[in-house]
Amino acid sequence: MIRLDGVTKRFAGGAVALDDVALDVARGEVFGIIGRSGAGKSTLIRMLNGLERPSAGQVLVDGADVATLDDAALRTLRRRVGMIFQQFGLLGSRTVADNVAFPLKVAGMGAGDRAARVAELLARVGLSDHGAKYPAQLSGGQKQRVGIARALATGPDILLCDEATSALDPETTRDVLALIADLNRDLGLTIVLITHEMDVVRQVCDRVAVLHAGRVVEQGAVADIFLDPQAAETRALLAEAGEQVTADFAEFAGRVVRWTCHGDTIGQPVLTMVARETGADFAILDGRIGRLRDERYGQLTLGLSGGDTDAAIAALGRYGRVSA
Amino acid sequence: MSGWFADIVWADIAQACLDTLAMLGGSLVLTILFGLPLGIALFLTSPGQVWANRLGNGALALAVNLLRSVPFIILLIVMIPATVLLVGTSLGVAGAIPPLVVGAAPFFARLVETALRGVDRNTVEAVQAMGATTRDLVWRALLPEAMPGIVAAATVTAVALVSFTAMAGVVGAGGLGDLAIRFGYQRFQTDVMVVTVALLLLLVQGIQMLGDRLVRRLVRG
Ligand SMILES: Nc1ncnc2c1ncn2[C@@H]1O[C@H](COP(=O)(O)OP(=O)(O)O)[C@@H](O)[C@H]1O
Ligand SMILES: [Mg+2]
Repeated sequence: MIRLDGVTKRFAGGAVALDDVALDVARGEVFGIIGRSGAGKSTLIRMLNGLERPSAGQVLVDGADVATLDDAALRTLRRRVGMIFQQFGLLGSRTVADNVAFPLKVAGMGAGDRAARVAELLARVGLSDHGAKYPAQLSGGQKQRVGIARALATGPDILLCDEATSALDPETTRDVLALIADLNRDLGLTIVLITHEMDVVRQVCDRVAVLHAGRVVEQGAVADIFLDPQAAETRALLAEAGEQVTADFAEFAGRVVRWTCHGDTIGQPVLTMVARETGADFAILDGRIGRLRDERYGQLTLGLSGGDTDAAIAALGRYGRVSA
Repeated sequence: MSGWFADIVWADIAQACLDTLAMLGGSLVLTILFGLPLGIALFLTSPGQVWANRLGNGALALAVNLLRSVPFIILLIVMIPATVLLVGTSLGVAGAIPPLVVGAAPFFARLVETALRGVDRNTVEAVQAMGATTRDLVWRALLPEAMPGIVAAATVTAVALVSFTAMAGVVGAGGLGDLAIRFGYQRFQTDVMVVTVALLLLLVQGIQMLGDRLVRRLVRG
């Protein structure tokens, strides 16, 4: 659906915001891009609807190279790619309903059709009663819902979210993310979402790319990246967010392993079963149980001593993944 | 008290009022007509905007700054030939309007540019991201969003024009300013001076009140 190949962006003045970026986003997935502030996330997502042009490389959206489109073709593309922003970008001089109608008006839809479509969109985002209000009268979460309704107005296949929840409190963030996940499921929308909040990725993304100083240092399924990060930059990023254990357990006398499991395994008494079977003792040194999108996962750092530790590690491997 | 207002010819005052209002009305309409597109062009050609163009923006800015740096009284005089060419005379209400517009339009354009710059950058991007043409961006987003600022700019410009019309009186434009100078100042008829200044004050107050009320009505939420 979306493919970036060798994309580099050099701004006038010499700043290199993106450096040889390659990415693939499949139809219907929620693709996250994480990275620190200044990593180039906004520059990257803005390439996807031609708000920014690459200095080198190709940006393919549904087969079309965005950088080579003329103005008219770019406008057509933009109607198929919705975008929402951290600061919402609503028109303060227009009502909620008029904000949602705006892209339809710009696309030349007649007033009658527009009103029906706006009503449908406002219902979709749960703002049916707020059509006559002005943006200044809404809460942040409601403003972002208006932004979402507006982004969906022209029936896009792709939704771009630039830090869409970063201005919202945690509870509102959860609601807005739930809405985004619903849209992905119900409308089959392909979603590219950039954020510096790990929780956002954990809650809605299928795959994620880690951007650091303009380069993609790692990308893959969210579970793989979050539970078994390879790049040092990813580890540092996750550690700062309290996601990943980096503590040193060298002082522990036995063997230390990290055990990761998914889904139904979480409800089973795996450790006691393995302990009985192999005579090994377990110390839980660190760990967390959580959720990645809809799946539960657990990751424990275990200290093994006594009994048959090799057999214990093999047994653990039957219920999950063991790493050093 | 008997001497007070004895010099005043009320018919002259009434005529002067009409002349001032005509100069103000005519020049304000034309100032907006020329200044608004100029302000929009200044904004759109500035760095980071849709028509970003260093050379074009620099040329516009230079022209605007040049006109704004010429004192109005000088502009009145150097424009006389051009004014005669344009409206056939450099005298009266008609003769005053070209220099008034040339003096005020660049000022108004700068204020418009500032008002447009105040439109939330995210809003501009959002409108671009939904596939709007530059025309839709300007007419349906930028101008409506900046409208309170533009009305405030027109108010400030109208007040500036009131004092410009008074100065235009010096070169034979007529109006209240002319009266104040010819009778009030040159012939020491203080009462004429007081009445004309009071009328000018009333005019400025009226313009400001009207402008403020409009701005309040335009600001949403
Ligand atoms: N228009 C621009 N001109 C010059 N430099 C820019 C511009 N936009 C972004 N940058 C620079 O590019 C880098 C990446 O910016 P951005 O993509 O906004 O990062 P992020 O969204 O990850 O915080 C930053 O160093 C920023 O200063
Ligand atoms: Mg950003």
